[in-house]
Amino acid sequence: MVAGCDQRSSRQIVAIPLNRREAYEARQKKRALIIATISTVLVVAMIMILVPMAPGWEQVKKSFFSSEIFVLSFPKMAKAFLLNIAIFAWSAPLVAIVGLLLALARSVRSPALFPLRIFGAAYVDIFRGLPVVLVIYLIGFGIPGLGLPRPYNSPYIWGTVALVLTYSAYVAEILRSGIESVHASQRAAGLSLGMSERAVMWDIVLPQAIRRVVPANMNMLIAMQKDVALLSFIGPVEILRQAGIFKSLYANFTPYVVAAAIFLVVTIPATRYADYLMNRQRDARS
Amino acid sequence: MPEAEPKLRLQNVVKKFGDHTVLRGIDLVVGEGEMVCLIGASGSGKSTLLRCLNGLEPVDDGEIFLDKLDIAEPGLDLGPVRQRIGIVFQSFNLFPHMNALENVLLAPRRVLGKTRDQMMGDAEALFTRFGLAAHIHKYPDQLSGGQQQRVAIIRALAMKPEVMLFDEVTSALDPELVGEVLDVLRALQAEGMTMILATHEMRFARDVADRICFMDGGVILEEGPPDIIFSAPQEERTKAFLKSILV
Repeated sequence: MVAGCDQRSSRQIVAIPLNRREAYEARQKKRALIIATISTVLVVAMIMILVPMAPGWEQVKKSFFSSEIFVLSFPKMAKAFLLNIAIFAWSAPLVAIVGLLLALARSVRSPALFPLRIFGAAYVDIFRGLPVVLVIYLIGFGIPGLGLPRPYNSPYIWGTVALVLTYSAYVAEILRSGIESVHASQRAAGLSLGMSERAVMWDIVLPQAIRRVVPANMNMLIAMQKDVALLSFIGPVEILRQAGIFKSLYANFTPYVVAAAIFLVVTIPATRYADYLMNRQRDARS
Repeated sequence: MPEAEPKLRLQNVVKKFGDHTVLRGIDLVVGEGEMVCLIGASGSGKSTLLRCLNGLEPVDDGEIFLDKLDIAEPGLDLGPVRQRIGIVFQSFNLFPHMNALENVLLAPRRVLGKTRDQMMGDAEALFTRFGLAAHIHKYPDQLSGGQQQRVAIIRALAMKPEVMLFDEVTSALDPELVGEVLDVLRALQAEGMTMILATHEMRFARDVADRICFMDGGVILEEGPPDIIFSAPQEERTKAFLKSILV
């Protein structure tokens, strides 16, 4: 009884009284915040206490987290990362173009173009079925091995080709799912106006399909950006290879931590942005 | 020729979906400037018939003459036919990534090779005429159902069709928005457009149609002027259908 009275009087004092639901939610929110804070503090504290107690910690600290080597290697590592960005920058548009062509090849209805459909399906199956690193090895070493003249045996070219071949297969599948998600009535509306199949695809279906798959393709781009590092296996001195060079030079693993930090600076904002796009799309639909 | 050639003439039109026969031999003659309303229960084949007339569904048997051209001919290039026969759908089917004007201009530009400037006058006149001048640059999701459906009608009219098909164009609308779309249909009839409607708006059909066709089980069971069909139907099925909806 007394508690009830208290509640009523406190409600009268507050300028904008909370309704029952709001009051309940405010209590829940406060409770969740307290629990989250306590558990975070506990976990961090445990890591800070327990990890240094491990017998090898001093050694690990020296060989992975040396601030001296971090500072020494950082400028060259950052510069090597520019190569990753450059390879990514010329691969991404190629992936978009090849992926789109493949998706269209798989979506054609005309029987005369049936071989194109088969090719599209086989391509996608093969390159989605192989580890990226294997494709990079096979193409990056195999094709220059044919004895091509100077500029055409570059690992930059064939490494890029390997990345583009693999990722365009994934992007093609994403685009195709987007094309198929556009309702048949849109196609009917276009055809009923006398438009050709090609015009319907180009002006009506594709613009809607591409918009729908932007977030999924963002995730593909982020994955590819990281996989550029796999080209280190065939030659280009990008960030991962540069880290390897420094590791041998200083006999220390800190350069790998530097590489990880540099990657995260780029990939975390990019993944956040992709998540944001995806959430916005989901909200727009519901 | 003693009699004027009809605009559309259907002979024994048959349409199957797999084993299921939806149209079991439709015979229908539609004169120039005539408004024909198809009524009947859901599943009686009204929508399928309209989609066959526009070539969206291929016909399995029979003939459909548009003037003297048999448009049911397998293998015929349907593009030019569809330019001459416009269709408006129950669910509007506007292109959501384009505003109202772009929706209307797309087909004239792509199919007729007109430029935006050439079409602009016609398009604006249509928008103004159907009370949408203020909404010309809005996207479909910013328009009410009635407005969207009027844009869809304008989109079809922009191709200057000779025949217009309307597939339950008011069925997806809130009741208070039905009137604005029916007004557009009346205006089109007044200017002599040849029209075929599949509709559940019995009162509208009775007031406006030149002829009513009652469809049942994939055939036109009974047809005639609205007065006769609505007040003195001959067939038992027609009577039962009208009774069930006019209660």
